[in-house]
Amino acid sequence: MSRDERLEVLVIGGGIAGQSVCEELAGTATIALACAEPHLPYDRVNLGKLLTGATLGELQLRPGSWYADHDIDVHVDAPIAALDPAAGVATTAAGLELSFDRAVLCTGSDALVPPIAGIDAMGVEVFRGPADCERIASAATGCTHAAVIGGGLLGLEAAYALATLGVAVSVVHLMDRLMERQLDAPAAELLAPAIAQLGVDVRLAHATEEVLHDAGGHVRALRFADGTQLDCDLVVVAVGIRPQVALAREAGLEVNRGIVVDDALTTSHPRVLAVGECAEHRGVVHGIVAPIHDQAAIAARVLRGDGDGVYTGSVPTAKLKVMGIDLVTAGDAEGGHAVVVRDEPSGAYRKLVVRDGRAAGAVLLGDIRGAELLLDAVRTAAPVDDALDLLSSASEATAAELPDAAQVCNCNGVCKGEIVDAIREQQLGSTQEVVAVTRAGAGCGSCRPVVSELLAIERGGAAEEATYLCPCRKQTREQLAACVREHDLESVSDLSAACGAGRDCGACKPGLAYLVSEVRGNRHREERHARFINDRVHANIQNDGSFSVVPRMRGGVTSADELRRIADVVDRYEIPMVKVTGGQRIDLLGVRKEQLPAIWEELGMPSGHAYAKAVRTVKTCVGTDFCRFGLGDSIRLGIDLETAMEGLYTPHKVKSAVSGCPRNCAEAYVKDIGLVAVEGGWEVYVGGAAGGTVRKGDLLAKVDTPDDAKRLALVFLQHYREHAEYHERSYGYVERVGIDAIRASVLDPENAAALLERYRIARAATDPDPWRERHDPVSPKQFAELDSEPEPLVGPPAGAAT
Amino acid sequence: MTALAEGTWVDVGAARDVPLMEGRSVRLAGGRVAIFRLPDGWAAVEHACPHKGGPLSDGIVGDRCVTCPLHNWRFDLDTGEQIGGGAQLRTFQVREREGRLELAT
Repeated sequence: MSRDERLEVLVIGGGIAGQSVCEELAGTATIALACAEPHLPYDRVNLGKLLTGATLGELQLRPGSWYADHDIDVHVDAPIAALDPAAGVATTAAGLELSFDRAVLCTGSDALVPPIAGIDAMGVEVFRGPADCERIASAATGCTHAAVIGGGLLGLEAAYALATLGVAVSVVHLMDRLMERQLDAPAAELLAPAIAQLGVDVRLAHATEEVLHDAGGHVRALRFADGTQLDCDLVVVAVGIRPQVALAREAGLEVNRGIVVDDALTTSHPRVLAVGECAEHRGVVHGIVAPIHDQAAIAARVLRGDGDGVYTGSVPTAKLKVMGIDLVTAGDAEGGHAVVVRDEPSGAYRKLVVRDGRAAGAVLLGDIRGAELLLDAVRTAAPVDDALDLLSSASEATAAELPDAAQVCNCNGVCKGEIVDAIREQQLGSTQEVVAVTRAGAGCGSCRPVVSELLAIERGGAAEEATYLCPCRKQTREQLAACVREHDLESVSDLSAACGAGRDCGACKPGLAYLVSEVRGNRHREERHARFINDRVHANIQNDGSFSVVPRMRGGVTSADELRRIADVVDRYEIPMVKVTGGQRIDLLGVRKEQLPAIWEELGMPSGHAYAKAVRTVKTCVGTDFCRFGLGDSIRLGIDLETAMEGLYTPHKVKSAVSGCPRNCAEAYVKDIGLVAVEGGWEVYVGGAAGGTVRKGDLLAKVDTPDDAKRLALVFLQHYREHAEYHERSYGYVERVGIDAIRASVLDPENAAALLERYRIARAATDPDPWRERHDPVSPKQFAELDSEPEPLVGPPAGAAT
Repeated sequence: MTALAEGTWVDVGAARDVPLMEGRSVRLAGGRVAIFRLPDGWAAVEHACPHKGGPLSDGIVGDRCVTCPLHNWRFDLDTGEQIGGGAQLRTFQVREREGRLELAT
């Protein structure tokens, strides 16, 4: 069929349903996609991640180029105001007319707001879109107590996100058990304490009767049917959805609770289909993601006239995306003949419901092994002879035993067969690639281990290809490093030209800059344009475009003289905030770019590298100097280690600590590199973290002397510098390759000596104090804009180091 | 590009003050403008990222696009369009004359 004869399909709505229809139809129709929101389709299933720091870009389902590549004409910020099915024309709010042969309504739903007195008070938010998340996140700062009305999937995820932000939060639920639509009573009883463990207060059988507000109209409490109250200054409503049917109703289509569709997903007008949360099929409106993909696939078949386009309904499946709680459900949680495996102490619960000899439902809590296999049995209503045997054998099943039709990724509706085909046909070699191509694992990510397993099976057990340094180049770190060595390349520009990708997306330039500097032992040609702004001006950019200044204070030890100079700088430059950091440093915040050189000059202290993917701080406890428990001189070793490492750039930041005894006051167990004095020696820990990820470091080795500990730390540092992917923290690296492989490298005497030699070569060529650029800026306006000048340097104070 | 009458160009600084593949900003009536030196010429867009006001002149430039240093929103420097989103930057005409940079008002 030529392009001109292709069916013109207008997809109305850029949610997961609209995107899914586009994916199914791509290449077989001329598609226009009208998105009401000002963004390309994003993964609403993971909305909670927006509350905890993810950007909308990270949730975007496909890059803009995907739509262009598939000939899809996307209109964002283009809500459809009128639809004329007979004429085949839709009109956007801005007056743009879009014609179509067939239209698919994917208008989704709004949050259901229950008719509670006072629900329109300020501080009451729904949890539905990015704008809601922005309001909730900003209200969460300074909020003393938040209440989430609704103890279903969405409510629990909202409560979890708020708890992660450090907000005290209560979940208020009308029913006497959580997630009553998906769980039976015993599973719900196990879930409640697991949720409580995350710091979320759970109140069941609480009917909210009124939202009370203060004189300013802002929410102050909830009042319940039993007369009790809950004080709160933020309320998030997550009780359900209301299908968005206004456009369909005005277009004269039959509307009940949702837009009524038949088994061909067609509305009362043959030209118009409806898919997703806005559609009502056989009296059912689905509010979860999995059925949407089923419907989109059928709708595409109907539009193409493929013949077998009959939708008979979906088995609902759900996955709770809350860290530390594994919960997967499918179909009915109760009824029929059920077998249950329950491990009391661990709180694990596995249930399979069988009706008329066929799998009808599954609940897996705390132990979700074999989830894909069991979900597939429920989805296909597979015959079950021995339910107990299926339940136990599923936990041993590998990805090889899954049928091709088994859905691996529930977020994006991708089944095993599609993943295997993609791996074979496109010769994919890494999990990163498989995720990018198939979208399996691009949602909540919980199925990524299965994706990796399928890849390993297809590759016959061969190791995965390394991930690309930047997907736009399709070249790995090793390939690019070999290119630098082979052609003796000196800079990012040389590498860009030589590696022949012909593109330069910008995103990978800092990674390439690190790679060139690392391979050449810091004897490279520095190019400022390849560096992030922090590395151009040696300061950390803040949310208002100002910068922060952190001087070097090795081991966290300072002096009266340094503190006096810092105080003088704060006064003279009217620095709005002075803050002690978690790494035992002093941070001057709110500094303008033009002030940086003069402040550095007046501080007379070297850069603390607190802005770079580099060796940051070595934190210490007082150790044997003053502490009555100290076993080792942690301050001395901390200062020595910091002096030995400072100025070195690394794949990601490296935070270290030295503790003088296992009481671990310097928190060395949770640092990238941690040294701990014990009876008779020192322990060296690597791969610890205590930020967004919390991980105790692995014990690399126990050594005898402080010098041995420092040497081993430096050997590990160089190993990490040479082997980790750019942007990979040590904890990710240690987990990925395993501590045994790292030990084999850094404890081998010959290899350790070679690593230490390369460390010395690189260290010798570092710039120990980038702040000296104040005397000789790389470009005239390095620390200024076109219409400003850097502030003049006042002479260094007496006694200051330079 | 439509021809502009003489006199609508404003001198905003020295061309040498903007290094290759970097940007610097300047105040123009109505707000700040970020000016970038690309391998084959110049580009100018409004300076504040429409997302959270990040300073686009401090962004990394590649493929005729700039990436905001705060949250990685990416914009086409020729059209001002956000890559992968619906935001739009104002663009400005910019030229180099005898070592000076000029913006069209």
